[in-house]
Formats: sequence, C-alpha cells, structure tokens
Amino acid sequence: MKQISAFLAIMMLVLLAGGTPSLAVEPDEVLADPILESRAREISTELRCVVCQNQSIDDSDADIARDMRLLVRERLVAGDDDEEVVNYLVARYGDFVLLRPPFQQNTLALWLAPPIMAVVIATLAVLFYQNYQQRRLAGTGPDPLSPSDRAELDALVDRIGSTSPPNPSNRQRSRFRSEIEEGMKPLPEGDDGASQSDNANTDSSGNQRQS
Amino acid sequence: MIAEIGQYVLIAALVLAAIQAVVPLWGAARGEAGLMAVGDRTAIAQAAALLIAFAALTHGFVTSDFSLQIVFQNSHSLKPMLYKVSGVWGNHEGSMLLWVLVLALFSAAVAVFGRNLPPTLKARVLSIQAMIGFAFIAFIIFTSNPFARLSPAPLDGTGLNPLLQDPGLAFPPPLLYLGYVGFSMAFSFAIAALIEGRVDAAWGRWVRPWTLAAWTFLTGGIALGSWWAYYELGWGGWWFWDPVENASFMPWLFGTALLHSSIVVEKRDALKSWTILLAILTFSMSLLGTFLVRSGVLTSVHAFATDPERGVFILAILAIAIGGALTLFAVRAPGMKGGGLFAPVSREGALVANNMLLTLAAATVLLGTLYPLILEALSGGESRVSVGPPFFNATFGPIMVPLVLLMALGPLMAWKRGNLRTASRKLVPAAIAALLAIGVTFLAVPDGPGLAPFAMGLAAWLGAGTIAEWGGRIKLFTSSPTVSLRRLSGQPRSASGMSLAHLGLAIMIVGITGSSAWRTELVTTLSPGQTVEGAGYAVTLESVTEGRGPNYSFERGALRIEENGEFVTTMFTERRFFPVANQTTTEAGIRTTLLSDLYGVIGERGRTPETANAWTVRFFVNPLVPWIWLGALVMVFGGLLSLSDRRHRVGAPRRAANAVPTTNKPPTQPMPAPAE
Repeated sequence: MKQISAFLAIMMLVLLAGGTPSLAVEPDEVLADPILESRAREISTELRCVVCQNQSIDDSDADIARDMRLLVRERLVAGDDDEEVVNYLVARYGDFVLLRPPFQQNTLALWLAPPIMAVVIATLAVLFYQNYQQRRLAGTGPDPLSPSDRAELDALVDRIGSTSPPNPSNRQRSRFRSEIEEGMKPLPEGDDGASQSDNANTDSSGNQRQS
Repeated sequence: MIAEIGQYVLIAALVLAAIQAVVPLWGAARGEAGLMAVGDRTAIAQAAALLIAFAALTHGFVTSDFSLQIVFQNSHSLKPMLYKVSGVWGNHEGSMLLWVLVLALFSAAVAVFGRNLPPTLKARVLSIQAMIGFAFIAFIIFTSNPFARLSPAPLDGTGLNPLLQDPGLAFPPPLLYLGYVGFSMAFSFAIAALIEGRVDAAWGRWVRPWTLAAWTFLTGGIALGSWWAYYELGWGGWWFWDPVENASFMPWLFGTALLHSSIVVEKRDALKSWTILLAILTFSMSLLGTFLVRSGVLTSVHAFATDPERGVFILAILAIAIGGALTLFAVRAPGMKGGGLFAPVSREGALVANNMLLTLAAATVLLGTLYPLILEALSGGESRVSVGPPFFNATFGPIMVPLVLLMALGPLMAWKRGNLRTASRKLVPAAIAALLAIGVTFLAVPDGPGLAPFAMGLAAWLGAGTIAEWGGRIKLFTSSPTVSLRRLSGQPRSASGMSLAHLGLAIMIVGITGSSAWRTELVTTLSPGQTVEGAGYAVTLESVTEGRGPNYSFERGALRIEENGEFVTTMFTERRFFPVANQTTTEAGIRTTLLSDLYGVIGERGRTPETANAWTVRFFVNPLVPWIWLGALVMVFGGLLSLSDRRHRVGAPRRAANAVPTTNKPPTQPMPAPAE
C-alpha cells in the first residue's frame, strides 16, 4: 500500500489507511434482539480491526472487521457472556485486538506509570508545601526585611494598633504584622521596590515620632 | 526552470541558516555587535529564500507541471484550483517545506520586531532558530527533495487522496504548522536564556505572546481537523486518540502548561527553571510529532526499519535537539534561583497545580502513544499491543476532572497568598449551577450513562465560575451599570481573553459530553420512497440521483426527516467516486441546531438483485456536538483577544524594558486596616 504521506498524516493518516471512510456496521449484520445488539456494539468498540491502524471493528469497514463483528454476534447469540466473547477473539487474534490493553507483564509500565506519575507529582506538591512552611517559619524567604523596613513595620503595627478598636488582641496584631510584612517585601530586582520603601520610610519615621 | 530556481534558493537557505546559526552566537559570546547583527539580515534573507522556494513549488502545482515528481504523485489536471494549491502541502515534501518556511518566518519576525530585545539574547535566539532550520532544510534537501524531476514527464498526475479534496483539510495544515512550529520560539528563547544564564520578567514578557500565538493557531488547527473528521468520515466521530492526533495534542497540552507558567515568570519572577523546561518539552513534542508523522513509523515499525532514511534523520535531529537542550538545562538551571515566594494557596499555587495536571495528562498521552511502538521495537516485533481510545479515556479523563475543578478557582486567587474562604464564597453561584446542571441532566436523560450528569455539572461549574470571576472583576450587579461598563472597557484584554478561553473549554465539555453520552443511531437499508422510524425521527429516502463533479461521479441521496409527523428538513448526502484514485468518499448531510446535529449518510447500493434498488442509510442524532467547535472557536477568540492586548503586542516591546518593574510592583503602601 502506498504510504499516504500527505498532510492528512498530521491528523488522520491512520483512519485513511484503508482508503475509504469508515462506514461500519451494515444493516444485515444487526441482530434482531436490541439488547444483544447493543452488547455487540459495546464489545466492538473495544476490539481492534487487526489490519487497520487503530480503528475499532465498530468503526472500520474493512472486510476482516466485518468478519470479526459477525463473529462477536455469533458468539453472543450462542449465549457467551461479554468476557467469553472477548476471550474467544483474543484466542484467535491475540492481545493485539484489545484496544484496552490487558494488565499483564508487557503492559505493566503502561498501566502503572500514570498513577505512579500522579503520586510523584502529589509528593512534589507536599514537599513544596513543607518547604514553603519551613521558609516561612524560619523567615528565610528570599526577601528578608531590611532593618529600616523592620523599624517601619514596627511603627505601623503600633499605629494600626492604636487606631483600631481598643485593645487589639495579640492575634489581630500578628495578623496585621504578617499582612504588612507581605506587602512590604521589596522586589527581587530591588530597584523600584527599594526606592519606594525608602519613601515610605520617611513617612513612617514621622509617624513614629507622633506615636 | 522555475523549479530549478526553487532548488537553488532552497540550497541558499541552507547556507544562510548555517551562517545564522554560527555567526550571531559567536558574536554574542565575543560581545561584537557587528557579528550579532548578521543574524537579522540572514533571518530575513532565509525567510525570503524559502518563500521563493515555496512559491516555485506552488507554481509547479498550479500549472500542473507533472515533470515534478511530487506534482505527478499528488496532483491531477482535473483537480479544482483550490485543491491544486492545497496539494502543495498535501504531501510529505511540500509539507516539510511549509514547516521550514513557517520556522523562517518566525525567525524573521524576531529580526524585524525584536529591535528592543537585548542584542545578545536576540542574536542567540536567532542562532538557535537557525540551527533547527538548518537541520530541517538539510533533511528536505537530502531525503525529501520537493523539486525532484521525472523524465520523461508523465502526461497526467495520479491525483491526490480524494479525502483531501475538502476545504476542511485544505486549511488546517498551515494553521497546525503555525502552532506546532511556533513553539520553536519558546524553545529558542529558553535555550538562549540558558546560554545567557539569565531569566527575568522581561524574558517572560517576550516568550508569552509567542507562546500564546502558537497556542491559538494550534487550537484552531486541531479543532478544524477534528471538525473535518466529523463531517467527512461519515459516522460522526470527531476524536479518535489516534497517534497522529496525539502528535498535535501533546504539544498543545505542554503548550497550555507553558502559557500558564510563563505568566508566573512574567508577573512574579518565579517558576523560572520549570518554565524553561516546559518550553523545551513543548517544542520537543512538536519535533516528536514531526518524527511520528513523517517517518512512517506509525504505519508500521517494520516498514520504518526497512526504509529508515527519513525516520533516522529526524530521529537524529530529535535526539540532538532534545538531548542538547536538556543537557544545557541540567548544567544551567540549578543556577537560576526563583524569585517570589508564594503560598500554596495562591494564584501561583493554582498555576502550579495546572502545570502539574497538564504535564501528567501530556505524559500519559505520550506514554500511550509511544508504548506500542517501543514495545514492538524492543521485542523485535514479538510483542504487540494496541493502545486505543479505552485506555486514553480511562487515564486522561480522571486527570481532567481536578484540572477543570481548579480552573474555576485559580483566577479568583490573589497572587502570593490567596484566601480560600473568600474565593469559595465567590464560587457559590458556580456550585449552584453545577448542582442544577447535574439535577436537570439527570431528570432529562435518566437512562443515559451515569457519569454524564456529572460531566455536565463540571461544565456548568467551570462556565459559571468563569463568568462569576469576570463579573466580579467588572463589579457586575454589585455596582451601577455605568461603573460596570467603565470597568469592562478598562479590563486588560489578556484578562478577558483568559475568561473567554476558560469559558470556551466549559462549552466544549458540554459538547463532548453530549456527543459521547447520548448519541443515537439508525442503520438500515432503504429503497427510494421507503421510511424508517427510529432515534425519535422518521427518515425517508426520497430519491437517489446520479451526477458528475469536476473529477468524480456521485450518487446523491435526499433524506426527508420528520419528527412527530412534522417536517424537519430534507438533507442531501453524497457518495463520491474518484476514478483516478479509485476511491470512494462520503459527504454527510448535516442539519445543525444549537442543541444537536442530525447527521445522515448514504452508503453502498445493494449488491444482490432484490436489493439492487436499495441503499444503506445511516442516520445519527449527535446531541450538542456543535458545542465542541463553538467552544474551540471561543477559545481561539480568547487567544486572539489576549494577543491583541497591547502589553503583549509582538511589535510593542519598546515598553517592555520600562514596564517590567511596574508590573512587578508589590503593594508597597501599607494595607488599609482590616475591616473586621
């Protein structure tokens, strides 16, 4: 078969490998019993048309897909349950027909990798959180306050404390404090933030005198 | 003659790429402005050369010059002009030429618009771009020459795959390439930053619009391609988890993650090394996709092994690019310490979660796509498995649920440290909408799949949450309409673009759920005049007429659709036969309403005497399917709106240098005393 190296390769090469669009189940295949037929359709979507690229027998109009569909229906009519039908086809065509690969030795990595990756990522998230807590508690964030900022902060805490409802609780005070601390962190680059906090400094020193 | 010009300029482009790869890099290392400036001129010249080459090839297709091998193989004199033109990229050689052309156009854009980039950064970016370009131009010249001649020239071409003769396939490739290859910009900026050893907010500011542009194109391209599959393949499917689709979906997933993490770099100067890594991974996926699609490895590992020339060439490019980039990353990244500290519950935290989930999703798709190939190659063809839609649905779906749940929450978070309680208060309407959607869906379709109502709830959650966040920003209903209107016009376009893109996904989830959960179908044989009832409709095959198109013959069936005795529509569906290619295609008859698509297809005529006047007729009701592409359209529009934000504008970097400090300005004023 001439390999279709056209653009369609980008989107759809696989579907077109048969050369014709997929028009699968033919009317003459359909079982009279609607329940059996819907089971047949269910099963068909999980089985691969062995000569197609990545098409289920439900989607493929290849002759072998039709044969496989008829086989599925034959087994269903004979009274097999879904699993027996699938096993029957696997016995004939191999694991390759299963679009949902079975969990076995050669697919261990396939099935286990996603959950393992999820666990690794969740672990990283927890580690990040712990690291954050440590940095926060130790006060060793990347932007520690300079002594002048520290003095300004103390002044502000006092001032807010005095203008707030009488006797602010310690909890309230520490909350102001942490909020202000958050807001006063200078920029990583330093320039802009530094100059602005300098301005703020002169203001707050005035305040300090008042209080 | 014109084809030979194309050949010459293609070689010239290779030489230019070589110069551009070496000289500016050398200049940047030595700090010589003259050498660095060479990159600008070569980038523009290279783009011009490739444009000429592409024009020469287009000329060959338009004039049906069958002495050119690929024109002979992929075109035909009877083909309509539009498809002669789209035939240029409808084949391996031409599409690779488009690939390098797009790459060169992006480089030229940096050369032209990047006047205010730091000169060393710009020189290095152009140099990296040229290295990629050099590799792929060499690939074209040595393994896939589009200008190869045939002698004697055949009288006519062998045509193009008839399925390609469709507007839905004529336009996605350039769009996809603009996306796919556009991620090379993020890659080149990342490598240049690693060489410089410096990543700052200005860098993030530069990378973001390029990533956004590539993402927007890729979103549009993937959506168009899936729309094409939907109406052309004749049974209403639109996504198949096919390796070829995955090849464009993986860069999209990584690119989406990159888009979000580059915001953190720009705004908060954090997540730098992670963003660099993502930029490398995103473009690596583009390269991997090119390899998968272009090497033929998907068709058959065996065929790849017997004729490996092209595949090995791309594999080598892939190995050098990814290996080199990751090595450089390993050496340089540890030196790049992140800036701003942030709490887990914060905008940054939400974006990190977004990145983790998207990366997990992309890695899962990657694994599922490559696993069968790797297993077969390792076992020498002994051990073969199929990894199909059931695997992807079982793994990808569960990753998307937390992602969508978080999507409504993230934008409500403040930078640095968010408040979960205030955010969840704002999400009360979203929660109500979600519960309503679950309830309504459950009552409306009680016998559908059990998960469908929850998927609808998820969509409602995201949609309502996004609208609530947007409404909160413009103080909708909490302030006077004039204030809201003023705030609306004052919204940065990038923020509105984000809301739109998120809303688009919510719309898309509705469509995906509807079409996969409640599709009904009717397959039967009908003679003209016969009626069949099913799927809630009465379908009559009114007539079948025969006719001729430009290069095909057709049977056109008229299907009359009635619902509860009332006429709904008459739809026309064609079965086309292309004698040159000896292939048949179907044109579905589709009637779209906002709520569902009625989808009718005529199949084969009966072969036995008693069925000679009967045709197979398939009729599908695909509920909510238009919402999928509506959602994609809204996402693309969101991307474009965000791109039009002047702070992003590619051509307006002049402000970037000054703007950096102000965007990062922390609230230096003391916080107002808390109200409580």
